[in-house]
Amino acid sequence: MPSSFKKALESGKFVVTSEVAPPKGTNLEKMVHHIELLKDKVDAMNVTDHQSSVMRYPSLGGAILVKEMGGEPILQMTCRDRNRLALQADLLFASSRGINNVLCLTGDSVILGDHKEAKGVFDLDSSQLLSAIRRLEKGKDLGGNDLEGGVSFCAGAIVTPEANPIEPQLIKFEKKIEAGAEFIQTQAVYDLDNFKKFMEYARQFPVKILAGIILLTSAPMARFMNKNVAGVNVPQDLIDEMAAAPKGRALEKGIEIAGRMIKRVKEERMCDGVHIMAIGKEEVVPDIMAAAGLT
Amino acid sequence: MIRSITQQKPEEELDRLLEGLGRVFIVGCGTCTTLTNTGGGPQVEAMKETQTKKGKLITGSVILPVACDNISTVALAEFGQQIGLADVLLIMSCAFGVQTIARQIKKVVVPALDTLFIGKETGVGLFDEICSQCGACIIGETGGICPVTSCHKGLVNGPCGGTNDGMCEIDKQKDCAWTLIYNRLKDLNRLDAMRTLQKPRNHHGGEPRPGKLRIAAS
Repeated sequence: MPSSFKKALESGKFVVTSEVAPPKGTNLEKMVHHIELLKDKVDAMNVTDHQSSVMRYPSLGGAILVKEMGGEPILQMTCRDRNRLALQADLLFASSRGINNVLCLTGDSVILGDHKEAKGVFDLDSSQLLSAIRRLEKGKDLGGNDLEGGVSFCAGAIVTPEANPIEPQLIKFEKKIEAGAEFIQTQAVYDLDNFKKFMEYARQFPVKILAGIILLTSAPMARFMNKNVAGVNVPQDLIDEMAAAPKGRALEKGIEIAGRMIKRVKEERMCDGVHIMAIGKEEVVPDIMAAAGLT
Repeated sequence: MIRSITQQKPEEELDRLLEGLGRVFIVGCGTCTTLTNTGGGPQVEAMKETQTKKGKLITGSVILPVACDNISTVALAEFGQQIGLADVLLIMSCAFGVQTIARQIKKVVVPALDTLFIGKETGVGLFDEICSQCGACIIGETGGICPVTSCHKGLVNGPCGGTNDGMCEIDKQKDCAWTLIYNRLKDLNRLDAMRTLQKPRNHHGGEPRPGKLRIAAS
């Protein structure tokens, strides 16, 4: 049976996804609160997988929690921490718990995280993980062995429309689609005219695209992302707009900007939906959606 | 020419390794570690001075022409008495040299250096790792540039999302291998090679670790 997220993608509606981040430790209160807040508002929520290579409660555990609470999880899986045996095993486990949406990622380097001496695995890459999913669906594992009991996933990947140079990323993007990606959640986009150009290219492929929207929380945060996050480019006019917000009102301004962008993406039918990343401020996602006129 | 690329171990670690070993014979190497200024004449002299200041007795020293050559045993035999007096051989060659000596002389060995990689000198004092001897060479499809070695994650299907302006997410001084490969294949009009979805790698290449190869008699 197709997941409700897959049905939403196929329905032609403007799809909205967001994300929740598992905690460092076993105190799930905050994540539970975020899930409670979002589960009936968004079409699905990603559960991040040791984001930025920081060891946390596992994405699989978080996805189960979302499911148990009646939400629709998208299990993020990176190739950084598990070899092909462990990745396939976790896919089987996810499937057995009714988790049927997966976002396949290569994963950040361990050197960027909080266990800098750990071994980065990368036995598979994101496109090969997608291929593995499609193979499992055909009843075979990567070793060519038959499976008892099948799986079915709505599998996706990411792309960075603002990457420089862009061409190598687009080749990878096409390989991900060839490998079986049904949906793409993009890295944050801010310059929507640039994004429209990307979509003119991307439209030719049979894949649903959700534009990545990262909430700006302050002008310094925007400058920090420009300097430190690959493929994120906040235009100067948005930074100025954030900087001009009255003291203590920057978050409000960020919500307004995110809402405005989402509204434009939707009104101009640029793509199939949005993926809202409020990094640490998940509680304001409903406000962003309200600002976008989505509720 | 390829070289074994080394760097000196942190002083603290060396102190720990030499704890309780008062008499030290120091071995340098005239090949790779001379080139990288980690185990040549000047570095051996400096090590003598450092260890003397720490209260060690230096029983002697030698710069072997090629520490990883079995002939090193013969060269060391000339220093039999000085080595006999020593508690430890402090070896300033790469790990190939240390192991060559350790296999043949019954003596405690302590490497003074960490062996980083087998690399190529690409500029004055600049060494790049370009091959990790994986046993399953794919550079025929990547424009002669090895992503298994030159990409931090060893990716074979193109760049990750961490690359920025042609550089790697872990270090802005390191090239993104896939940007280099893309540019090379584009120049050669062979971008189709990059569009091919590569299967998962065989991590046991032609020969699982530890490598052991016997060439059949012809």
